[in-house]
Amino acid sequence: MNAYWQCFSGIVLREWLRFVLQRTRFLSALVRPLLWLLVFAAGFRAALGIAIIEPYDTYIPYEVYIIPGLACMILLFNGMQGSLSMVYDREMGSMRVLLTSPLPRTFLLCSKLLATSLISLLQVYAFLAIAWVYGVQPPAMGLLIALPALLLVALMLSALGLLLSNAIRQLENFAGVMNFVIFPLFFLSSALYPLWKMRESSEWLYWLCAVNPFTHAVELVRFALYERFNPLALAVCIGLTLLFSLLAVLTFNPQHATLRKSS
Amino acid sequence: MNALEVSDLSFAYGAREALRQVSFSLAPGRFAALLGPNSAGKSTLIALLTRLYDVQRGDIRVGACSLRNAPRPALKQLGVVFQQSTLDLDLSVEQNLRYHAALHGMSRRETAIRVDAELARQSLTERRRERVRELNGGHRRRVEIARALLHEPRLLLLDEASVGLDPASRLALNQHIRSLCREHRLSVLWTTHLLDEVQPSDDLLILHQGRLVASGQADALSLEHGGDLGSAFARLTTSGAVR
Repeated sequence: MNAYWQCFSGIVLREWLRFVLQRTRFLSALVRPLLWLLVFAAGFRAALGIAIIEPYDTYIPYEVYIIPGLACMILLFNGMQGSLSMVYDREMGSMRVLLTSPLPRTFLLCSKLLATSLISLLQVYAFLAIAWVYGVQPPAMGLLIALPALLLVALMLSALGLLLSNAIRQLENFAGVMNFVIFPLFFLSSALYPLWKMRESSEWLYWLCAVNPFTHAVELVRFALYERFNPLALAVCIGLTLLFSLLAVLTFNPQHATLRKSS
Repeated sequence: MNALEVSDLSFAYGAREALRQVSFSLAPGRFAALLGPNSAGKSTLIALLTRLYDVQRGDIRVGACSLRNAPRPALKQLGVVFQQSTLDLDLSVEQNLRYHAALHGMSRRETAIRVDAELARQSLTERRRERVRELNGGHRRRVEIARALLHEPRLLLLDEASVGLDPASRLALNQHIRSLCREHRLSVLWTTHLLDEVQPSDDLLILHQGRLVASGQADALSLEHGGDLGSAFARLTTSGAVR
């Protein structure tokens, strides 16, 4: 068991060191949600009134509504980028080092997913700290309760990213992932607008949003931030995390990269 | 007991056969050179030996352990230096080594001892805190060798490890690996396409179109197939040799 712990802590330490050493990556991950908060939300608040909806007890400004969605946006981008970097690693080499470890491959992949998820949480809390200074201040206890919810969401999105990366043919395909995965997941969710608003404009758009896993991720975090429990969102996130992880591990095969290169 | 035993190994990418019934063994403390032209199947063989690919047919044994049936103890005895650098350029020499030790589940105490020992052996102690990015190609290779030996394997695989090095560094690396072989009874499988890296007393394996077309001591094989290594290699790796 000690060998497993040494291995896991080594993988986390490496991710931490890479995070510390690549400050620009950290800053760029923060700039995106901050632009949404400081520019988009500021302009949009006049156009969109938020009625009293769960888990909020009163009317809220748009900036408050959008915070959980932006926190999950960080996890979404990190999950996709982190997993695609595993494709790069797989082709360029450092993944080969990971895979020559004598520990089981499933353990190594899960450790890697968990390590990148933990690092993503640091970025989310840095964002929440800036938002706090800006004036969006969820309850302090909510920030604590949101931690496991955010970790679960990070794991779910990283596992989804790994699953997609197993099917991606080339490294350059991140643009495709942006267009066909990140944008639909983000825009067809409750991150930017409540679902009832979406229903007012289109019934089928509403249903697309309602079944979108990212909607459940955002709602899980939203409820947790305000010390509320959302059992449906939790069940969906746990179920999908297990499903995506299982499929990602089962479909992971370094041979694919070579086959693609030779084809 | 042999350090490496490959028996009846075949591998195909879909319908394309990359390795056909390859069998050879490597005794403890021996230096074996694996030669082959491009597309001979060397990279596929290395990928199978490092368990990057799963064995389809045949078996690979590292020491007493089958890579197919007992991959964990087999991989514990295996050190690898890949053709392309697999170091984290932004991490220091020591951080790279510690990461590898962690992947092998080594304790902190054991790691500290082994990192010190390998850095000293590779004359890298002074550079332990330098970022890998700041090192030249020769030193980076040494870091990779230190890393590959950290968990004290009995078999070291080097996949075209001298590619990209200047002639002096190439020679120094080759001699260094041979000294490890002699002094520590480490078995080495050195893949290359450069004939001058092979010495007459080496074990020689020649791979061509996925088949092992020759194996034996380099000087004996040279005599048998043309007089010198260059002629023997040319003769054995013409297409007709395997038909």
